[in-house]
Amino acid sequence: MYDGKLIIPGLVVFVALMTFPIWKNMGNAGVAPKPEKPKGVTKCVEPAQYMRTSHMKLLDDWRDEVLRDGDRTPIEVDGVKYEKSLMNGCMKCHEDKKKFCDECHTYTSVKPYCWDCHFLPKETF
Amino acid sequence: MDIKRRQFLKIAGLSTIAGLGAPAAFNLLLKGESSPVSYASSGGGAEASHEAAPTGVRLAMVIDQRVFDANDGLAQKCTTACHTVHNVPNFGNKKDEIKWIFEVPFEKAFTNKSHYHKNEHLHDSSFLVLCNHCDNPPCVRACPTKATYKRKDGIVAMDYHRCIGCRFCMAACPYGMRSFNWRDPRPFIDQATHNKEFPTRMRGVVEKCNFCVDRLARGLQPACVEATGNTGAMIFGDINDSHSEISKKLAENFTIQRKPALGTNPSVFYIV
Repeated sequence: MYDGKLIIPGLVVFVALMTFPIWKNMGNAGVAPKPEKPKGVTKCVEPAQYMRTSHMKLLDDWRDEVLRDGDRTPIEVDGVKYEKSLMNGCMKCHEDKKKFCDECHTYTSVKPYCWDCHFLPKETF
Repeated sequence: MDIKRRQFLKIAGLSTIAGLGAPAAFNLLLKGESSPVSYASSGGGAEASHEAAPTGVRLAMVIDQRVFDANDGLAQKCTTACHTVHNVPNFGNKKDEIKWIFEVPFEKAFTNKSHYHKNEHLHDSSFLVLCNHCDNPPCVRACPTKATYKRKDGIVAMDYHRCIGCRFCMAACPYGMRSFNWRDPRPFIDQATHNKEFPTRMRGVVEKCNFCVDRLARGLQPACVEATGNTGAMIFGDINDSHSEISKKLAENFTIQRKPALGTNPSVFYIV
């Protein structure tokens, strides 16, 4: 092989560099996101596990029920009524988008476009 | 028995004809119905579609132009109320303008009415126009994503999540009541007065009047109707309910609709 002395060490260096993130984070799951839960409220409209995996489905269902069927019956949990709405429901308890929504969305690199139209609770735009 | 090829084909052919023809013949003869079906399907059907849906709720509005003419600035008040409640942006130029409810002169509002020698009152007054919430809405038919749809109570509503901004609905609407967001509307909404309970829109979607579905759900009147106070300039209600205020108003007065000949069945009526 011509220039084997250069090519082989070069390849080794290249592979080592490319796989560096894997070596570096070996056995380390990274910092898990810790969304801040609302204070003074213990129960969401659905169990936490369901909310974690399927809140987007729930929001879609709410939207279709409210807009298309005109069904705005509030969801009642422990005697507290929650509006079927992101802005006027969810965000009343989960006040801080940065500490709640963004925590996981950034971690999983998800960019939902809710906030193009919906207001944040304390938004000054 | 020995069947010839020719015989077999004859029997097969006859039984096919009998099998296809008999049910049709029985249906006609047994039910005693002769067939006016053929011409009813074209003429009768088209005529029926010109009448309002007879059952269920159908929300509609009567605009009493006499009151608007007598009260200067009332129409402007309605527009402001609507545009504030729904976070309608003000771009400050005609080209990008978003309008839910606005004033136009008689000849723009009622293009198919005669404008020849019209009286002074019609000449000077401007009419409030808004989405007609047609009973037979062409925009709903045109929308390829079902972003715009007709609710059971007759309101033609929009789901901005689904709107892809193709603007077919704008082409289909014979009244020009839809506006397109050419630019991001957010920076052009008045920060001091905006409604925090109602979302804005984003760039690339079409928007229009929604008859205040969100307010109706809370038992309120539409924002424009509320802005007219107790002047009786606008009356909102169910025209299929014969005891409603709007039904009485319609029964007592001669009203006109915009472009009724198109068969869209508008739900906004005008007393001129």
